[in-house]
Amino acid sequence: MTRPRTLFRKIWDAHAVAEGEGRTLLAVDRHFVHEGSFHAFDAVQRRGLTVRRPDLTIAIADHYVPTRDRGRPIADAEIRTMVDLLAANAAREGIRLFGPDDPRQGIVHVVGPELGLTLPGTVIVCGDSHTATHGAFGAYAFGIGASEVAHVLATQTLWQARPKTMRVTVDGALGPGVAAKDLILALIGCIGTGGATGHVVEYAGSAVRGLSMDGRMTVCNMSIEAGARAGLIAPDDTTFAWLAGRPAAPQGDLWPQAVAAWQALASDPGAVFDREVRLAAAGIAPTVTWGTSPEDALPIDAVVPDPHAVADPARRTAMERALAYMDLRPGTPLAGIAVDRVFIGSCTNARLGDLRAAAAVLEGRRARVPGLVVPGSTTVKRQAEAEGLDRIFTEAGLDWRDSGCSMCVAMNGDVAAAGERCASSTNRNFPGRQGRSVRTHLMSPAMVAAAAVTGRLTDVRALAPAGVA
Amino acid sequence: MQPFTRLNGVAAVFDQANVDTDQIIPARFLRKPRGPGYGGFLFHDLRFDEGGAERPDFPLNRPGWREAAILVAGENFGCGSSREAAVYALMDFGIRCVIAPSFADIFAANAVQNGLLCAALPAAEVAAIRDAVIAEPGAGLGVDLPAQTVTAPNGMVCTFAIDPYRKRCLIEGLDQIALTLARLDAIAEHERCAQAAEPWLRVTLVG
Ligand code: SF4
Repeated sequence: MTRPRTLFRKIWDAHAVAEGEGRTLLAVDRHFVHEGSFHAFDAVQRRGLTVRRPDLTIAIADHYVPTRDRGRPIADAEIRTMVDLLAANAAREGIRLFGPDDPRQGIVHVVGPELGLTLPGTVIVCGDSHTATHGAFGAYAFGIGASEVAHVLATQTLWQARPKTMRVTVDGALGPGVAAKDLILALIGCIGTGGATGHVVEYAGSAVRGLSMDGRMTVCNMSIEAGARAGLIAPDDTTFAWLAGRPAAPQGDLWPQAVAAWQALASDPGAVFDREVRLAAAGIAPTVTWGTSPEDALPIDAVVPDPHAVADPARRTAMERALAYMDLRPGTPLAGIAVDRVFIGSCTNARLGDLRAAAAVLEGRRARVPGLVVPGSTTVKRQAEAEGLDRIFTEAGLDWRDSGCSMCVAMNGDVAAAGERCASSTNRNFPGRQGRSVRTHLMSPAMVAAAAVTGRLTDVRALAPAGVA
Repeated sequence: MQPFTRLNGVAAVFDQANVDTDQIIPARFLRKPRGPGYGGFLFHDLRFDEGGAERPDFPLNRPGWREAAILVAGENFGCGSSREAAVYALMDFGIRCVIAPSFADIFAANAVQNGLLCAALPAAEVAAIRDAVIAEPGAGLGVDLPAQTVTAPNGMVCTFAIDPYRKRCLIEGLDQIALTLARLDAIAEHERCAQAAEPWLRVTLVG
């Protein structure tokens, strides 16, 4: 009898090309590149090499693309150069490019799954830490730096030490108004931003099974905020139904063959994980961050914590620094903190399900503060417009834009003004992430919508009409 | 890549946990081509105020620590974005070694690719090194990668753990791409088998 294996181990073993010195040479099935990959293309070119498998490499413009006036030349010369460099590198190497004007352009971690490029059992890499998103399909997907991107471009492989495994089991049902984002924020709040360092996290349990693919992607996406190498969810009927018929998914006779193979992609009963964490779904409330690390997450009905109540001096100093940056006083109820701006977007929360959840809250209401709604992909944008979601956002007074990373990382010119407080559906509340001295509060799209409506951090459950989750 | 063996250098202390790569190099500098000047972006918004003036209380602005070649840092150093430019900025500033209780995974992988040593030591030992450095400002630390030791100005010696492969990469300045290219036959053979078993692996976009 063979030893029971985890899902992660099955994918790892199937991709091992060679072993040596405690490392495995892993074959890479899909390699996504974006504007930031120029260092790696330079490195490959400097060596006189070419991209070994351009057919498995996909280029997508997302980080720097403007979210309005598409079709017009980009005004900022440095930003234009970044977008042009990607196009030039893709053209030279024969790589399929989804540029700013492509009808299927969008954020790489939204577009990959949407096109069916992300498939169960594959190894996927990208020079971006949120590559973990693709793990929602049962793929081993992880972010790498520029030197490793160059290595993949040149060889279609990577040397990796095998990470440890961790299983996070969430059983029960999420309450009304509680989203996948709340689940992952609650987890990070519980285990800390370094809590899963060195581990691949497999999410399991009835609450995870019950999530839509959009929700599963949100959860896997933020695995990196817990320090994890990757997040993984075993593929099931929800996965297969979502993938069926996508442009790059297996077609015709290949489809049933592929599904049959993918059904074996689950951790065997008795498989041992290096660490197990359990969470009860019923105990998770709409969650917001109060500080400058994703682990600074609390239920919306909590108050800003008091550093003096913390025994560990290092943690106390960190909290004091975070509160000074955020301009918050201990004991202040989180619900009621006034915001200047809202942002709905990013690879964490800008898929169709996210936009629907936000629109359900905003329908028939006006936002008290300005804000952007940036769909995760141009396809999502079209779908949202077909459903009339864009009208709900614009009638509420929010700005409906074209797809890209936008204010998640504020590289494309979309930034909040200095000192502003922003309710955001993104993944990082680091100092300066959304602009210099901008104060970011992370939350679900529905919670951002609630904050827009009241101009304050607000428990969406107290606002939403009955029946809206 | 620059090999790393031994280093005696000025150590600066940046005593914060969870220093993310957005702090190490803010996103707006990532569009700059790599070159001299990257060191100027290091910890930019922590080192300089909105007007571009130095913040005197930031460690790397203190007299004696401007020439730092070693950074004594807090746990989970380098978390967040995968930007390798964080390593470029540290290296170009002159930092060759970071000592901390733990490092984020992607940062540590990026570091070894560029010849930056991440020396992980138990939190108590990092604290002892920090205190020793603060007690003798401007004094140096000795870092010996083959012996895996850090020697503090007061003579205290700590032994750090490092993955043997990463150690060899750093000492020999290994060119990993060249090493892997020598295995192209095995890679191609693996790809042939995988494609035969899972014919859907090839990318074909319908429409
Ligand atoms: S949306 Fe944000 S987190 Fe996602 S890829 Fe873009 S910048 Fe990174």
